[in-house]
Amino acid sequence: MQELHGEKAAKAKKERTPMPEQPAEERRKNFNEVALGYTKEDALAEASRCLSCKDPKCVEGCPVNVDIPGFIKLVCEEDFSGAIERIKGTNALPAICGRVCPQETQCEALCVLGKKGQPVAIGRLERFCADYERQTGVKVPEVPELTGKKVAVVGSGPAGLTAAADLAKLGHKVTIFESLHKAGGVLSYGIPEFRLPKEIVRQEVEYIKQLGVELRPNYIIGRIKTLDELCDEFDAVFLGTGAGLPSFMGIPGENFNGVYSANEFLTRVNLMKAYDPEYDTKVRVGKHVVVVGGGNVAMDAARSALRLGADEVSIVYRRGEDEMPARREEIEHAKEEGIIFRLLTNPVRILGDEKFNVTAVECIKMELGEPDKSGRRSPVPVEGSEFTIPADVVVVAIGTSPNPIIFKGSEGLDQNRRGTVVADEETGATSKCGVFAGGDVVTGAATVISAMGAGKKAARAIDEFLKEK
Amino acid sequence: MAYEILKKEEIAPSVHRMVIDAPDVAKAAKAGQFIILRIDEKGERIPLTIADFEEDKGTVTVIFQEMGKTTKQLAKLSAGEFLEDFVGPLGTPADVRKLGTVILVGGGVGVAPAYPQAKAYSKAGNKVISIIGARNKDLLILEDEMKSASSELYIATDDGSKGHHGFVTDIMKQILDSGEEVARVVIIGPPIMMKVGAGVASPYDVEILVSLNSIMVDGTGMCGGCRVTVDGKTRFTCVDGPEFDARKVDFIELMNRLAMYRGEEAKAVEKYEEECRCGLH
Repeated sequence: MQELHGEKAAKAKKERTPMPEQPAEERRKNFNEVALGYTKEDALAEASRCLSCKDPKCVEGCPVNVDIPGFIKLVCEEDFSGAIERIKGTNALPAICGRVCPQETQCEALCVLGKKGQPVAIGRLERFCADYERQTGVKVPEVPELTGKKVAVVGSGPAGLTAAADLAKLGHKVTIFESLHKAGGVLSYGIPEFRLPKEIVRQEVEYIKQLGVELRPNYIIGRIKTLDELCDEFDAVFLGTGAGLPSFMGIPGENFNGVYSANEFLTRVNLMKAYDPEYDTKVRVGKHVVVVGGGNVAMDAARSALRLGADEVSIVYRRGEDEMPARREEIEHAKEEGIIFRLLTNPVRILGDEKFNVTAVECIKMELGEPDKSGRRSPVPVEGSEFTIPADVVVVAIGTSPNPIIFKGSEGLDQNRRGTVVADEETGATSKCGVFAGGDVVTGAATVISAMGAGKKAARAIDEFLKEK
Repeated sequence: MAYEILKKEEIAPSVHRMVIDAPDVAKAAKAGQFIILRIDEKGERIPLTIADFEEDKGTVTVIFQEMGKTTKQLAKLSAGEFLEDFVGPLGTPADVRKLGTVILVGGGVGVAPAYPQAKAYSKAGNKVISIIGARNKDLLILEDEMKSASSELYIATDDGSKGHHGFVTDIMKQILDSGEEVARVVIIGPPIMMKVGAGVASPYDVEILVSLNSIMVDGTGMCGGCRVTVDGKTRFTCVDGPEFDARKVDFIELMNRLAMYRGEEAKAVEKYEEECRCGLH
């Protein structure tokens, strides 16, 4: 076996099969998906690079432990239906994960091929399988016999949807409460169409409904009902309410017209489709747009602003490019599209005119000092280096924290200083009996897949809890 | 989800009352709260204050004035038709307690949110003095309702066609000057009226509250579009409000922020009316 492994490794191509993409010049003018997806030939070529390791490290790198070599083997055999079934065994949202997971720091980071060349493009293959299924017709899942237990899931983002799907598959009656009119959480309001088409989110939500999950949109826990009331009505509750409260910088001029939180800017564009003239919601387009922040949300906001028709979009980030928390691919895509990166730069003041419209952002240059607690070198202002960037739209993308509305009128749920819910890492159990939590509401803003992983673990723990109840 | 319009009537020129079937909202609603509605898939989400609610019937009443494209489109809907979305109750309920004498000042469609407050303050055992006003008598709304919910009712119109010839704040000042011990003044109406009202009442030893209506998308604290400066700090109207200490609100900023989309809104109205003329709606 050892020999065969070595032989295969030598044969495997060092470079991965490239992803067909819309050219940067074209895509910066439209909201269509950037990555076009593998063809069957691409998928077969890429799948053949997998070594089918006996002890696959990639699976360990996946927060929901998808059987990666298993599904890739089925792709090699051209059994695409089998492959997607294998993925869906552990991952209810493959078309989404294949698009937005940071594979380079998870499954692909641990791929053996990555040591000498490029790792297998696991995410692209996952997307291929999911898209194949969507095109050929999604199999209606079998709904198991009901256990008679009722579970409430609060929030229909990645954590909530995953928990709901897994609990429904275990036979529990699940009701999801969503505050917005559309399900999906950040998948619907946050991540733009060009990275994750909303039709895909709709179809994945549809699949979860077919598992017997009831969805109640326009239903705000903390306003219509308290968490305590939910606890009385249901046998268990899962909180997947995310981190929806935007942070602002707290600098002068932040309330001028044209200054948006990334949440507002992206919600107007994505959820409310302000980019489409057929829709009523408005958004200020801007000629010179400044986006503050270095994460995926900042990239999404900058690239959206460009597509809305801005002449110039720049990202202002107080650290260097290496410290940017955004996915490598998003940074590259943004650069290709012409987004200007103003690194080691920090806004100190926003300027406006007599009509209360923003006109410029005053910034200061930064330099990197000693590493801070997160291990990143902390930025220090360079005295006297202030300068202004003209701007008629400013988007603040410096992070979010959990929305406190959910906690209104409920007792016994421990939170830490940052407003996140204290929950057991393995089970999601909180200080309140029967209440579990996972995703950004526990960790603070993180990734779609880590939220899904937490939803998955919590579903397992809730099932155990219900059996003992 | 769809929410049926059970009743609709024009209670003043371009001002409409709509009763919506929304049992979840009706059950939880309290005075001072608002809802957000969306007419259809392509519609925007707009906040409207709750003008009344009946838990047993599962209904919520909203009153709106035709202003922008959405309210004009809303005005065209009739009983039996449906709204795509209707979410609430939103906002922190009004802090209604037994205080003694409370003056409620409502201007224009601001009388609508004042009505559930009048009822709630009366029920809590307060003497409620209501002052309602409008540009002229035709635009005056909820006179009978406010009369029945208040201990005393005063009316003011800008043109003098009914009641006091002048502003609601004139009457408020008279009462404050009369020596009557007033614990709280609640002013609801156009921002300029609230600003003026707050200024007039400020020298008196009385608590002054205003209920703000900002631009917002979600109404749950997610977008921050409704930010308002209160006492030098940024607050969100949707979750921290809509009711704030009038003495501490930065009304100039509020008015400027409300004007953010005025140009776009005018264009949207023009386009919509043109389409209506062409028989498209």
